[in-house]
Amino acid sequence: MAAVAQETPTQTRTDDAVVRIQGLQAHYGARQVLHDIELTVAPGEIMVIMGGSGSGKSTLLRHLVGLMRPTAGSVELLGVDITRAPALEMQRLRRRIGVAFQGGALFSSMNVLDNIMLPLREHTQLDRQTMEIMARLKLEVVNLAGAEDLMPAELSGGMVKRAAVARAIVMDPALLFFDEPSAGLDPAVSSALDDLILKLREAMNMSIVVVTHELESAFKIADRITVLDQGRILTVDDVAGIRRSDNARIQNLLNRRAENAEVDAETYLRRLTGEAAPAGDPQAAGTKQDAGAV
Amino acid sequence: MSEAVREVNGNLVVSLTGEIDLDRAPEARRLLLDCVKRSKDVLVDLSAVTYIDSSGIASLVEALQWAKQRGTDLCLVAVSPQALRVFELARLDKVFAIHPDLDAALAGEN
Repeated sequence: MAAVAQETPTQTRTDDAVVRIQGLQAHYGARQVLHDIELTVAPGEIMVIMGGSGSGKSTLLRHLVGLMRPTAGSVELLGVDITRAPALEMQRLRRRIGVAFQGGALFSSMNVLDNIMLPLREHTQLDRQTMEIMARLKLEVVNLAGAEDLMPAELSGGMVKRAAVARAIVMDPALLFFDEPSAGLDPAVSSALDDLILKLREAMNMSIVVVTHELESAFKIADRITVLDQGRILTVDDVAGIRRSDNARIQNLLNRRAENAEVDAETYLRRLTGEAAPAGDPQAAGTKQDAGAV
Repeated sequence: MSEAVREVNGNLVVSLTGEIDLDRAPEARRLLLDCVKRSKDVLVDLSAVTYIDSSGIASLVEALQWAKQRGTDLCLVAVSPQALRVFELARLDKVFAIHPDLDAALAGEN
């Protein structure tokens, strides 16, 4: 594999970085899936980690939240090296970190309110009334007021995501991780979730790391974007830098979005069914011609 | 966190200080509920609070609810910009009367 192309000088190297990954290597068995990852996230920054399927972004997130241990290297969160920290220090750290998992990871046997209160029960000695008010406040923040008594099975996909966010922020974490917040959501719900991420940073000054493959979402919320490819960092740059990159792999990523955006459902359906295009529809006519050529 | 309670013009003025976080919120809650039980209007002076998290805000919400149940009032004074952003995010600025300083609060001015 060619040397990693670190295209830009924008990778922050600050002493007060809230995330600092150094020399991270990870393997699944004999197969290396992350190679020499170096990354920092500044306080109050929204860092989006992007990449195609198999790029290693989900594996990187698992290392960031401590679900996997690296083969080599270190992962420092809020000044604590989670690859070496003793249990007590990790317990203190977990009070300051929130994770919104892709599928929500809500407990199906608990209603929404109890799910959101779970971190408070686990990490604090607060009385129940305070915990309930804190949980209800966060339901207000994520626009899920009134859903307290619902069970996870009664929630829509968007509601599950928002409940997961409410649980992730219930302890006012300094650092928040999102795993594919837009996955499986319609565009309007996805956009609302992006707005929520921006609001959380604004109001609560959180540092936020988002793993996603959704370019629209990444461009909307990111201060900087890390692009992963085959387990290596391809580039770290701001949105403008990513857009103007002449790196072929990044262009492929951008063009995939363009291809998706240009899909015309009716034309596509006609192409699949072989139905004739309406008279005067050059795009559809062209499609037919293309199909004929094949 | 340290705090002081004094009576001004028939109101109780509670001055909270320092950080009100998960560790300190129970102490603030006890103080606020004790004040509310005295059946006077309560002004919570937050001018010396350097940080307040959701647990501190929850204590204020509970105290406000207790005050309303007793037919008294509880208002906030000198909420920091940091806390105000959180209040606005949760739309609590629509629930609490928030005054810029103690003089304005005693005069009933927003």
